[in-house]
Amino acid sequence: MENPHSATLTQEQGSSLWRDGWIRLCKNHLALFGLAVIAFFCVIALLTPWIAPYGYEQQDLQLGASPPSAAHWLGTDIFGRDMLTRIMYGSRVSLLVGFVATGVALVIGVLWGTVAGYAGGRVDAVMMRLVDILYALPFMIFIVLLMVVFGRNILLLFLAIGAVEWLTMARIVRGQVQNLRHQEFIEAAFSMGLSRWIIIRRHLIPNTLGPVIVYTTLTIPNVMLLEAFLSFLGLGIQPPQSSWGLLISHGVESMEEYPWLLVFPGLALSITLFALNFLGDGLRDALDPRASKD
Amino acid sequence: MTLLSVENLAVHFHTRAGQMRAVDGISFSVDHGEILAIVGESGSGKSVACYSLLNLIPQPPGKIESGTALFEGRDLLSMQPDTLRRIRGNEIGIIFQDPMTSLNPYLTVGEQLIEPLLYHRNLNRQQALKRAVTMLDEVGIADPETRIHSYPHEFSGGMRQRVMIAMAMIAEPKLLICDEPTTALDVTIQAQILSLIKALQKRRNIAVIFISHDLAVVAGLADRVAVMKEGRIVETGPVNDIFQNPHSDYTRTLLASIPSGSKPNLPQFCEQPLLVLDRLTTCFPNNSGGWLSRQKADKKAVNEVSLTIQRGEILGLVGESGSGKSTLGRSILQLVPVTRGSVIFDGIDLVGLRQKRMTPLRRRMQMIFQDPYASLNPRMTVFDCLAEPLLYHGLATRRTVTAQVLALMDDVGLARAAIRKYPHEFSGGQRQRIAIGRAIATKPELIIADEPVSALDVTIQAQILALILALVEKHNLTMLFISHDLSVVRYIADRIAVMHRGELVEMAGTETLFANPGHDYSRKLLSAIPALSTNPARSTRPPTELA
Repeated sequence: MENPHSATLTQEQGSSLWRDGWIRLCKNHLALFGLAVIAFFCVIALLTPWIAPYGYEQQDLQLGASPPSAAHWLGTDIFGRDMLTRIMYGSRVSLLVGFVATGVALVIGVLWGTVAGYAGGRVDAVMMRLVDILYALPFMIFIVLLMVVFGRNILLLFLAIGAVEWLTMARIVRGQVQNLRHQEFIEAAFSMGLSRWIIIRRHLIPNTLGPVIVYTTLTIPNVMLLEAFLSFLGLGIQPPQSSWGLLISHGVESMEEYPWLLVFPGLALSITLFALNFLGDGLRDALDPRASKD
Repeated sequence: MTLLSVENLAVHFHTRAGQMRAVDGISFSVDHGEILAIVGESGSGKSVACYSLLNLIPQPPGKIESGTALFEGRDLLSMQPDTLRRIRGNEIGIIFQDPMTSLNPYLTVGEQLIEPLLYHRNLNRQQALKRAVTMLDEVGIADPETRIHSYPHEFSGGMRQRVMIAMAMIAEPKLLICDEPTTALDVTIQAQILSLIKALQKRRNIAVIFISHDLAVVAGLADRVAVMKEGRIVETGPVNDIFQNPHSDYTRTLLASIPSGSKPNLPQFCEQPLLVLDRLTTCFPNNSGGWLSRQKADKKAVNEVSLTIQRGEILGLVGESGSGKSTLGRSILQLVPVTRGSVIFDGIDLVGLRQKRMTPLRRRMQMIFQDPYASLNPRMTVFDCLAEPLLYHGLATRRTVTAQVLALMDDVGLARAAIRKYPHEFSGGQRQRIAIGRAIATKPELIIADEPVSALDVTIQAQILALILALVEKHNLTMLFISHDLSVVRYIADRIAVMHRGELVEMAGTETLFANPGHDYSRKLLSAIPALSTNPARSTRPPTELA
């Protein structure tokens, strides 16, 4: 960024595309509903240690698995732990993994893909071959190696999942950028003397938003389930800590005897996914000025 | 004798935005052996009207609301789909605008040519192929026995359009509908295709409906002309009447919009030229990158071009597509890497200049692009688009930028209220105004205009040309005006440079070139201009030789 005025430019853009997008999003009730649901879940997750009805390791072995009741709204598991409490604590891990790992994937993937697609030629070839190599690397071995080297750590889990998920994102963005790169408005921006970085940030990335947002909303649930899978293998979260994925995979085992162990965490995950999809679709339309206004 | 008679045809499109009357109750007729031209701007409904006759419009959203179309006494509009299919391609042939997309790239030309024969005529393959060869020969394709086994991409644009004509004619239709068949073609090719259509029509004595936005093309071809506007026919008449004695205001506007004549006064040049090109050569590598593919011989898009542009001058650059004129423009601005030679802008050689030193110079040279739909970032409002160069080059502060953008919008004739709108909310002409505003925002000295009016309708084209001339005068701009359309260049340029296959073949003052072209290729270009526009001020003088 060799130009002192570039800072002003960014604010200027903030005043149009994103502000118009927000106004349009506010007119989309379904998307607003999705946003509200996600915000609600996030608030609950943040406040869990103070508002949870029980402690997360508090067991009642006498009670065992009991169906929903006045004392335990969503029932208890086989160790007599309150399911509502476990789901609330689980949401902390699941939402955090979902958002942070997806965020990591989003940032790396979009930047990597844009740079590769815009630079083209050999830079592109090298960058994308690296992506191919990482694709070919077996995911499990990669994660296990990370765990062995760095020990079990929730931050590492975020990084590991994010490091895998960005590959697809990079490919999607690169394809988009390659199409956009030869459009005349990019050439116009270049002939105006704008620096490459500003062209990437102001002209290329905003125009890749559509597919990126849709893919992001698909990545978040993916990541949540991936975490469950890793936890199931003993690589992620361990009981008595919980996550939605872990609760679901335990719930599946005793689905026939104690269905509520599966139903409630499953419901929490599904509602989140629906909300995310509504929000994602809404965002995509809101940030595309060409989408119909109704 | 009437072949096709259309009465009160109305086609509406039902969209979410409401009902759009694409064709609003039109009536026309075509006689045997007659060429009827339907002329109008894009969106006037001329294509929809003809497509709906053959049930070729998407339904829904389109719907034929009313009307009859009697083709030899049978109503096309109320016909069973099966019956209509036997007429389509058999008794009525159709040629589409874009020969690139209307041929199947995976089938040889021969396979596509014999399709209607196998289907409509029950010939066997042998007979059909024989007929196809004759037909290709008739449309002027050399060596038809071999070429019949070629794929569409092995033909040039003009040849492909000949194949399309052969395909439409092979079943010997009585009526041929041509939808802007030459719009995508170069001017010399256009002249060949037009004379081919005319010759075929004479020989076979068929009727032709020729859809076009270009009155000049129609003038030398049609017997009768129908002028369409907003779904209605505003005027019909023999071609001479329309040109000599137009009744409706709209026809008069259309005629007046055809660029004619040349700039009256030459500007006074000062001594030091603004731009000097010295043996500029730009090659494109023949491979698409990657380590493993071998480097082939490079293609010279621009070959040893030397020219000078004086301050305040408009230099027209003409040539066919592929002649390297766009590449030359981009090479001057260093948008493509230059292979050899020098570009001296105001005493500074731009070739090989460091980016750091190039960036401040970019403010002084700008470009206007051909396609106003592709040259504007769809996610930036007019304000963002015009403010960006001002802020980036430090020509405005955040406090003054809004006022400066508004002044710029006044300059290019955009309504101030549109400042927060996005490009897709504008028409093509308005978009080109935004693009022009962006180009002049930094108060440049040199502007490269790459076919700035080719994508526009003729009346809009006239407005944009007038705007460009006014701005050139007001801001004392120097311009390289690239175009394939000689009449446009003649209207706007002081001098003209002619390019052919990457080389500069001729450069002369505008009137000198038109009066006395020095190079063979220039002569060929000039003679290919459709009749109406070779004669300046045609719209004010009665055309005598048109009949």
